[in-house]
Amino acid sequence: MRRSAEAIASLLLLSCLLPSVLAGPASLGDGYTIAGRVKLEGSGKTSIGFIPPLKNSNAEVILNGGQRVTFLREDGYFSFHNVPAGTHLIEVSAMGYFFSPVRIDISARNPGEIQAALTENRRVLHELVLEPLREEQYYEIREPFSLMSLLKSPMGLMMGFMVLVVFLMPKLTENMDPEEIRRAQEEMRAQGVPSLSSLLPGRSN
Amino acid sequence: MAMAVRVCLGFLIVLLYSNFSTALYEDQVGLADWHQKYIGKVKQAVFPTQKSGRRRVVVSTEENVIASLDLRRGDIFWRHVLGKDDHVDQIDIALGKYFITLSSEGSILRAWNLPDGQMMWESAFYVSTPSKSLLYVPANINLGKENWFLVFSGGWLHAVSSIDGEIVWKKEFAIDSLEIKQVFQPPESDIIYAVGFVGSSQFSVCELSSKSGEVLKHNTASFPGGFCGEASLVSSDMLVALDATRSALIAISFQSGIINFHQTYISDLVQDFSGMAALLPVKFTGIFAMKTVSSIYLVRVKGVSELEVLEKFNHPASVSDALTLSEEQQAFGIVQHVETKIDFRVKLDKDLRNGVLKETIEMDPQRGHVQKVFISNYVRTDKSHGFRALIVMEDHSLSLVQQGVVVWSREDGLASIIDSTTSELPVEKEGVSVAEVEHNLFEWLKGHALKLKGTLLLASPDEIAAIQAMRLKNSERNKMTRDHNGFRKLIIVLTRAGKLLALHTGDGRIIWSLFFPSLHRSEACEHPSALNIYQWQVPHHHAMHENPSVLVVGRCGPSHDALGFFSVVDSYTGKERNSLKLAHSIIQVIPLPLTDSTEQRLHLIIDANLQAHLYPRTRDSVNIFLREMSNIYRHSIEVGKDMIRGYSLQSGCNLDVADEYCFNTKELWSIVFPSESEKIATTATRKINEVVHTQAKVIADQDVMYKYVSRNILFVATVAPKAAGEIGSVTPEEAWLVAYLIDAVTGRILHRVTHHGAQGPIHAVVSENWVVYHYFNLRAHRYEMSVIEIYDRSRADNKDVWKLVLGKHNLTSPVSSYSRPDVMVKSQSYFFTHSVKAMAVTATAKGITSKQLLIGTIGDQVLALDKRFLDPRRNVTLTQSEKEEGIIPLTDSLPIIPQAYVTHALQVEGLRGIVTIPARLESTTLVFSYGVDIFFTRIAPSRTYDSLTEDFSYALLLITIVALVAAIFATWILSEKKELREKWR
Repeated sequence: MRRSAEAIASLLLLSCLLPSVLAGPASLGDGYTIAGRVKLEGSGKTSIGFIPPLKNSNAEVILNGGQRVTFLREDGYFSFHNVPAGTHLIEVSAMGYFFSPVRIDISARNPGEIQAALTENRRVLHELVLEPLREEQYYEIREPFSLMSLLKSPMGLMMGFMVLVVFLMPKLTENMDPEEIRRAQEEMRAQGVPSLSSLLPGRSN
Repeated sequence: MAMAVRVCLGFLIVLLYSNFSTALYEDQVGLADWHQKYIGKVKQAVFPTQKSGRRRVVVSTEENVIASLDLRRGDIFWRHVLGKDDHVDQIDIALGKYFITLSSEGSILRAWNLPDGQMMWESAFYVSTPSKSLLYVPANINLGKENWFLVFSGGWLHAVSSIDGEIVWKKEFAIDSLEIKQVFQPPESDIIYAVGFVGSSQFSVCELSSKSGEVLKHNTASFPGGFCGEASLVSSDMLVALDATRSALIAISFQSGIINFHQTYISDLVQDFSGMAALLPVKFTGIFAMKTVSSIYLVRVKGVSELEVLEKFNHPASVSDALTLSEEQQAFGIVQHVETKIDFRVKLDKDLRNGVLKETIEMDPQRGHVQKVFISNYVRTDKSHGFRALIVMEDHSLSLVQQGVVVWSREDGLASIIDSTTSELPVEKEGVSVAEVEHNLFEWLKGHALKLKGTLLLASPDEIAAIQAMRLKNSERNKMTRDHNGFRKLIIVLTRAGKLLALHTGDGRIIWSLFFPSLHRSEACEHPSALNIYQWQVPHHHAMHENPSVLVVGRCGPSHDALGFFSVVDSYTGKERNSLKLAHSIIQVIPLPLTDSTEQRLHLIIDANLQAHLYPRTRDSVNIFLREMSNIYRHSIEVGKDMIRGYSLQSGCNLDVADEYCFNTKELWSIVFPSESEKIATTATRKINEVVHTQAKVIADQDVMYKYVSRNILFVATVAPKAAGEIGSVTPEEAWLVAYLIDAVTGRILHRVTHHGAQGPIHAVVSENWVVYHYFNLRAHRYEMSVIEIYDRSRADNKDVWKLVLGKHNLTSPVSSYSRPDVMVKSQSYFFTHSVKAMAVTATAKGITSKQLLIGTIGDQVLALDKRFLDPRRNVTLTQSEKEEGIIPLTDSLPIIPQAYVTHALQVEGLRGIVTIPARLESTTLVFSYGVDIFFTRIAPSRTYDSLTEDFSYALLLITIVALVAAIFATWILSEKKELREKWR
C-alpha cells in the first residue's frame, strides 16, 4: 500500500517535471541548461508504476568528452548548467549498459531551443530521455554441459575416432570377400608383420 | 588439389578468427588480473557524528575524488570521480545524512546520500568573478524544519535549501567589490554575519536577514596598513587578519557594528621571526594558528589588544581543526616529527598546557613528512574520550592512527602515477625449490578431478567455490622469481609525490618503495621532484651477477631550468645505488639503444642551453658513444611555437670547463607550421623497444607488400587554432585537422592528410608501419578513428622468385633515412562511439602475434580492438582471395564487443594511461593501466596459441588415455577370443 502511494507520488512528480525537461532558459549567466533523464533497467514503468532505479549512483553523464561530468539523481534526472549555445555531445557511462552519445544543439537564435539526436542511429529525441541501446555482458557465458561440447573437444574427437575405427573397420572387412581376407592374412603372416598380440609382452603365439 | 588446399586454408582461418576477442568467463576474474582502488591525496575529511555514519569518514582529494571510507579497515564504501576541472573546494555534512560538496570554484553545490553515495540534488550558481568560495552549514541544524546552507562564490551569497538544493535567496556583493572571508550565523539568531574585505584596505561587516537575504546593517572601516586577504575568525565578534606585508597581525572586533583594529607585529610576539607569515585555515574559538617559515604557532586572542602565543611547533608539523566535544569544550590534534617517529597529541582548548593524549607512533620513513591531520573522537567504555587521527603524509598516503598504532594505511600516491617501467625478477636459484604448489600426487589429482567436474559443469556450488579458491590461491603467480612465460615481473611506478614503488604483477602487492624528496632534500635542492624513470641496467650477458636497476631523473625546483638530479635504484631491493647532483638542467632525456660493458644504458640529457650530456660518465661509454654519434639525432617539438626542429650532435661544448661528456647540438632542419591555420595538438612516435617480426606482408594472390618500417617516424597532428578548444566551440567550417608523418632524422614529410571539419582531442598510436588516431568529426558529430599504413614501394618489385634466387634483389641494402623513400600510403576512417582517454597497442616479445589496440574509453574501461578492424584494405565487397586472407568487410563504425573489454566489469576510474609490456611467451602481452585506480591483466590478442591455457584439463587428458588403454585391452581380448573361436571352428 505504502509503496503504491509512493509510486503515485513519484508519478505525479514525473508528470510535473517532464514538460520542462528540454526547456533550457537562460536562468543563470549567459549559458543554457541541459536537463534530461537517464532511464536504466528497472526505471521503466511497470504494472505498479514507477520504481526508482537502484543503480543510479554509479552512472555518470559526460559533456563534450570530459569537459564536465555530472551524476544522476535518485530519479535519474541530470542537468548541465551554464552551457553555451552550439552543438554539444553528451555521453552516459553506466556499467553494464551501452548508451549512444547524444548530439545536443542549443540554438543561439531562438534562445532555449534545444534539439537532441542519438549519434549512433540518428534518432531524434523529443524529450531528453536517454535509454540504453543494449545491455552489455562483459563475460562469456559458460555453455551448459552437453555431450556435444565434450565430443567437440580434442579428447572427445580422439575418442570418437577410436570408436569409429573399432566399430567401422570390422564392418569394412565384413563386406570383403572371405577368400580375399584369408589371402591377405596369409600374406601378412608370410611377411611377418607383427600383430597386436605379438607386441604385447609375455603372450606371444 | 589447389582448391582443396584453399578450402582447408579458408577453414583454418575461419577457425582461427571465428572469435575476435579473447573473452573471459566470470569465474576467471582475478586469475590473471588485479585491480586496486585509490582516491588520491586527501584534501579535506569530515567524520560523520550521527549513529549510522560513525564508522566512516568522508573525504575529498586532489584527484577530484569524493569518497566514503571505512574507519576500521580503510576500505572504500563508495566513491565518485568528479570531472577533471571540477575541483572540490569545500565539503561538509548536513542533517547527519547528507554529504555536501562545493566544487568548480564554488559554482556547483551537490548533496550526496551518506550511506550509498547517491546524489540527492545539485545546484549551480553563476560565478562572475573567481574568488575563494565558502560553504557554511549551520551547526545546530534542525531536523524538523527547512534549513539553509550559505554559499559564497564569485561575488554572490546564496542561501540554499537543504531539502532540494533550491536557491532561496541570493545577494550580490560583487557590485561593492566586497570579497567575503567568513560567513556565520550565531546560534538561535536570525542574523547572518558576512565579513570580508573591500579592495585591500577596507574591512566590511554585513548583517543579513536569514529569511530573505536583506542587508540589515553594513559597516565598513578602512585600515591604512592594508590587508593581504587572509583572515581567521576567532569568535563571533572578532577576526584576525594579516596585513599586506604579512608581518603584522590585525585583530578586528566588530561587536555591535563598531569596528576596531589593533595591530600587533609578529616580531613582537615571537622571537627570530623573519619573512612572511600565513594563517592556517583551522577553526578554533579564541585561538588561531599561524605559520612562519620555520614553525607553526598557536596564538590565543584574549582581547583586541591582547595576543598570547600558546605554543610553538617546529616544522614539519600539522594542526587539525577543532573538534567540538561538548558545548564548551573543544579539542584539536597536533602531529609533529620526532626523529623517525611522529608525535600525535590532542589538547583541549581549556587546558592547553596538558594534553589529553600523547602518543608516539612509528611511521615508515618512506612516507615523508606529515601534511595534514584530521581528528575524531569516540567514547571509550569508561566514558572518557578517545581520539583517532587520520594523517595525510607527504607521499599522499593516508593512515589512521588510534591508541598509538597505525590501524591502516592506504598507499594513495598510486592514484597519481606519472611514469612506469618494468623489471625482471631474479632467476630461480638452483637447489632452492620454490615449487611447493602441489603437495603430493593425490592432492594434485584431487584438484584436477575437481577442476574436471567444474569444466563439465557437474560441480555443486560448494565445489565451485573450492575450485575458485584453489585457483586464486595459486601461489605460482606470486613467487618472487622469474617464470618461464615472463608473466611475473615488477612494475616500477613513479608517483607525482615522488615515490617509487615496485608492484608485483602477480597480485599487485608492493614489494618496496622509495620516497625521493626525503632522500634528496637539501639546502641546494629544496623542492626536489622526480620526473621520469628509465631502464638503467638490464643485466643480460655480461653482468649477470648484478641486479637490474632503474634511473630516476628529477629536478630541484618547479621551473624548467632548475638543476637536475639523478638516482640509480636497485630494482630488486629498492635501495638507492648511487645518486648524482647534476650541474645542469634537464629538458629532455634520450635513452640510447647502446649499452656499455657493464650493460648500463647510455642516456643523453639535453639541458636548457641545448647541450647534450652523456651518462654514465665513464671512458667506456664515451668511446661507444663517439662511434655511434653520427647516427644519433634528436628532435624537439615546441608546442607553443608550433615548430619542430631536428638536431645532430657534435663534439665539444661551449662551457668554461672542458667536459668530454658534453656535446653540442646542431640544428639540421625545422618545420614551422603556419600559426594562423595550424596548431600542434598531438605528436606520437613508435615505442623504442618495439619489435617488428617481418617487413613483408603477404597479401592475397601471393602478392607481397613491404612495410615502411622506420624507427624515426614521427606523427604530428595539428588543428585549426580556433578549434583547439572543446567540442561545441566551433562550427565544422572553422575546424580542420592535419595529420603528418615526418621522418625525424631528415625532417622530410612522408605523408600529409587533411580532415576537414575535424577537431581534437586527438589520441594517436604509432606502431610498425601504421598510425591510428582518434579525433572528433564535427560534420557527423561523432568520434572517428583513422588508420594510415605506409609501405615501401622501392622494394615492391622483389616478388620475382628468380631475382631472389639469383641475388638480384635489394632486400639486403641498408635502409637509410637519407635515401629518398618511395612510399605508398593507404588510409581509411571509421566511426567510433566513445570518447577516448588513452590509447595503446599491444606489444609482444617477437612481434609475430597480431596486434590489438587498447582504447581507454570515457567510461574508464579498456577496450581491446583488433587491428584488423583498422585495416585500410577493408572493403564493402570482398573478393574470394581477400576473404581467405581474413579481411573484414567494411562497416562505417568500429564494433564495440562488450566481451572485448580487458577490464571486464571493472572500471579504472580516472584512466590516464595504458602501458603494454611483452611477456616472454610470444602470444601474451601484459597490460597495466592507471588513473585513480590501477589495473593489471594479461591478454593474448590471437589467443594463447603457444601454450596450454590454465584451464586445460589434465584430468580429462588422463581419463582419455586411460580409456584408450582400456579400449585397447578390451579389443585385444575380444580379438583373441574371436581368433580362438575361429580356430575351433
